Amino acid sequence: MTEPSATVMQGRSLWADARDRLRRNRAAMTSLIVLGIITLACLLGPALTGHPYDRVYPDYVKVAASVTAHPTPDKIVPAIERVASRLRAKAEDIRVEGDIARLKLVAPRAIDERSLAFFERSDLFHAAKVLAREDEGKVMRIEVPIQRLHFWFGTDGNGRDLFTRTLIAGRVSLAIGLLATFVAILIGVTYGAVAGYVGGRTDTLMMRAVDVLYSLPFIFFVIMLVVFFGRNFVLMFLAVGAVEWLDMARIVRGQTLSLKRREFVQAADALGVGPGGILARHIIPNTLGPVVVYTTLLVPKVILLESFLSFLGLGVQEPMTSWGVLISDGARNIQGASYLLIFPAIFLTTTLFCLNFIGDGLRDALDPRDR
Amino acid sequence: MPEAIFHIRNLDVRFRTNQGDVHAVKSVSLSIGPGETLAIVGESGSGKSQTMLASLGLIASNGSVTGSARLTGHELVGLGEAPLNTIRGRRVTMIFQEPMTSLDPLFTIGQQIVSVIRRHRDIGKAEARKEAIAALERVRIPDAARRIDAYPHEMSGGQRQRVMIAMALANKPDLLVADEPTTALDVTIQAEILDLLAELQREMGMAIAFITHDLGIVRRIARRVVVMRRGEVVEQGPVAEVFGNPRHPYTRMLLDAEPKGLKAPAPADSPVLIEARDVKVHFPIRTGLLSRVTNVVKAVDGVSITLRRGETVGIVGESGSGKSTLGRAIMRMIPATGSISFEDRALLPLDKAAMRPLRRQIQLVFQDPYGSLSPRMTVGEIIAEGLLVHEPHLSAAERDRRAAEALNEVQLDAALRNRFPHEFSGGQRQRIAIARAMILKPRVVILDEPTSALDRSIQKAIVELLRDLQQKHGLSYLFISHDLAIVRAMSDRILVMKDGRVVEEGETVPLIRAPREAYTQRLLAAAAEIGLDRS
Repeated sequence: MTEPSATVMQGRSLWADARDRLRRNRAAMTSLIVLGIITLACLLGPALTGHPYDRVYPDYVKVAASVTAHPTPDKIVPAIERVASRLRAKAEDIRVEGDIARLKLVAPRAIDERSLAFFERSDLFHAAKVLAREDEGKVMRIEVPIQRLHFWFGTDGNGRDLFTRTLIAGRVSLAIGLLATFVAILIGVTYGAVAGYVGGRTDTLMMRAVDVLYSLPFIFFVIMLVVFFGRNFVLMFLAVGAVEWLDMARIVRGQTLSLKRREFVQAADALGVGPGGILARHIIPNTLGPVVVYTTLLVPKVILLESFLSFLGLGVQEPMTSWGVLISDGARNIQGASYLLIFPAIFLTTTLFCLNFIGDGLRDALDPRDR
Repeated sequence: MPEAIFHIRNLDVRFRTNQGDVHAVKSVSLSIGPGETLAIVGESGSGKSQTMLASLGLIASNGSVTGSARLTGHELVGLGEAPLNTIRGRRVTMIFQEPMTSLDPLFTIGQQIVSVIRRHRDIGKAEARKEAIAALERVRIPDAARRIDAYPHEMSGGQRQRVMIAMALANKPDLLVADEPTTALDVTIQAEILDLLAELQREMGMAIAFITHDLGIVRRIARRVVVMRRGEVVEQGPVAEVFGNPRHPYTRMLLDAEPKGLKAPAPADSPVLIEARDVKVHFPIRTGLLSRVTNVVKAVDGVSITLRRGETVGIVGESGSGKSTLGRAIMRMIPATGSISFEDRALLPLDKAAMRPLRRQIQLVFQDPYGSLSPRMTVGEIIAEGLLVHEPHLSAAERDRRAAEALNEVQLDAALRNRFPHEFSGGQRQRIAIARAMILKPRVVILDEPTSALDRSIQKAIVELLRDLQQKHGLSYLFISHDLAIVRAMSDRILVMKDGRVVEEGETVPLIRAPREAYTQRLLAAAAEIGLDRS
């Protein structure tokens, strides 16, 4: 054996076993990779698409999704004619060569060179360059570079790039999912473990409080919180997390009740370990299996909840966006511009699928029956 | 020898696991004649159960079987599920170790037996029910016609095992595979079940493959024995020959594994450490809306016990006798009344927090070495946890050093302390649990069936370890067990408990030689039948 003894002596924890089992689960691993790609795209993508997420292109309202660059050749001549008519001139002799259009402007009076800025103001062209003036400025030969833009997913009703917006929305949705879930876990695990371990009257009181919270109409409760916290979405989803911890508390309490009767907990008690030590070292680490699984199921739940709230108009505010907002927007345009619905929906459902598969995989991997 | 009805030849069983292939059964050959009882003995992990299970196609999905297993000439290995199912439950049946979980709690025992009968034979419900009653009568269930409608939870462990046997024999099989059917039962009930099996075999003439780790049982019921170790048959032959003149060193080791010797007596003038007077643990049963106390379970009912320095007091009793409850009451882990003092300090008035510093003086070792170690902590962390509580000033390095010392003391490699409990065998885990108790240098250790879940040879080693540690550190033990052989090897004095009370108490040797009470006599007689040496 050439292997160093240090690694041989290192134990294989149950987590390491679970990791190996998860690695063999093809659906879960694929999901992990896909989710990783989506996350990375949402983090880095908006900086690379070339469009700020809130940039409005008035000339490209509801452009359909396509891989070819805009403007398409048939749009160039009419666009040039439109700009020319603003200059009170007529465009003649238009020749498009590659990314440059050459043309002759003919006007009844001398053309002011400053008014060429109209070309630049259009989303289709860069600044025009004057090649030659004739006839005391009434005729002008100019060269206009065409601005080539890509809208992979098309643009929305305000002429904003849907691709960029989908990625930005992903940031918001994922962040909200993780944030609210983190809050839910923090509260739920602590609350459930304490209630279960202390037991007796404390447990009854704590769990009845949970029951009361359960009985409140959930959406009403969230709407109240939203009104209370204003429209700050971080605060708002801390609030959502503060509602979602109820299930977690119940799960952890149930786990704790059965764990507390296990001999290793009794052994710690007999050793003189205090309640804090028992909770931190013996109970909570052993509840983490179900907690991890539930977490992966809670993240999609929160994302969906956010979508629902945004659909109601209570979620994130323009120009910031989330998948829920985009989908609700797309749903309104489903007849004329179905791509507005399709692309954000693909991202959302893929993410939810991935999270659910990962949750399933984790549940299998952490299942004690396989040990 | 008459033509064998069950014949295994060159059976191999392999399991694919994360850590590579495990060759669980290696080229095993054995045969069972009609009406014969063959005992298959071995310690845990010897492949004795896997041999029988695999030959009947009952194997985990990651396992593979090669070789041959023939039942009256029909090959079973490689047979599909459907044809196997017509054989299992009809021609070959099984009973398992755990009577508490082998029956479905949602159905009456009658329904379960009837379904087994009708699964294999085309007869009507009424007729099947008649047969089920007959089967229950055959296993001596009193008032079978009425008890057939009972649910499993209404029956005791022994009765459930009888029901399992009734179910297994309802279709009059050729071969009964009994996988440690008495291990989970008390000695007196164990003896009854073994008698019953022998009688039924005489009546019905089926062959029995009896899988066990207990050589006493083998001697009692089997004519031929197969000794297995690490998946291989090391020796087989008639019981008298194999046990009388063992050829393989492993068989000799197994035969020699009975804990021997007696504990050296503690000096007579040693000070009293624990003095418990009239300890009672009563659990009120509350019912109804107002939770009025309608009944009281007297788990421990007026027990007095004195434990001196260096002494071991054995507490013996069957399940439900209150022996474990007494141990926990003395540790103040469950509420009790009476008086308990430790070195002149009354324990009962102390609350949980005041009790905590005293805990290092009184330690507890549990029965189940699998359940008593936290699965997500390394062995080093588990052992050092007591130090974290009672000597918080120690640095992490110092704690680690002490944990290594404690592991050496229980004869485990200290380098293993970064591993996790599930990587250790039962005996090693029990050593870890003992190290966890010993690291605090306690005065008293309460040992709650510390050897019951272990193989005989490992029991012996643990008993020796415990005796050594006692000698070295002047410890006092409260040794709780149902196993008289081990209690005798460990204790100075013995308390016999029944239904929460002490029925007999005395010095070890006189008590075992000449018990006064009828209950003690019964207990000893049952233990003697399965091999306790009472001299």
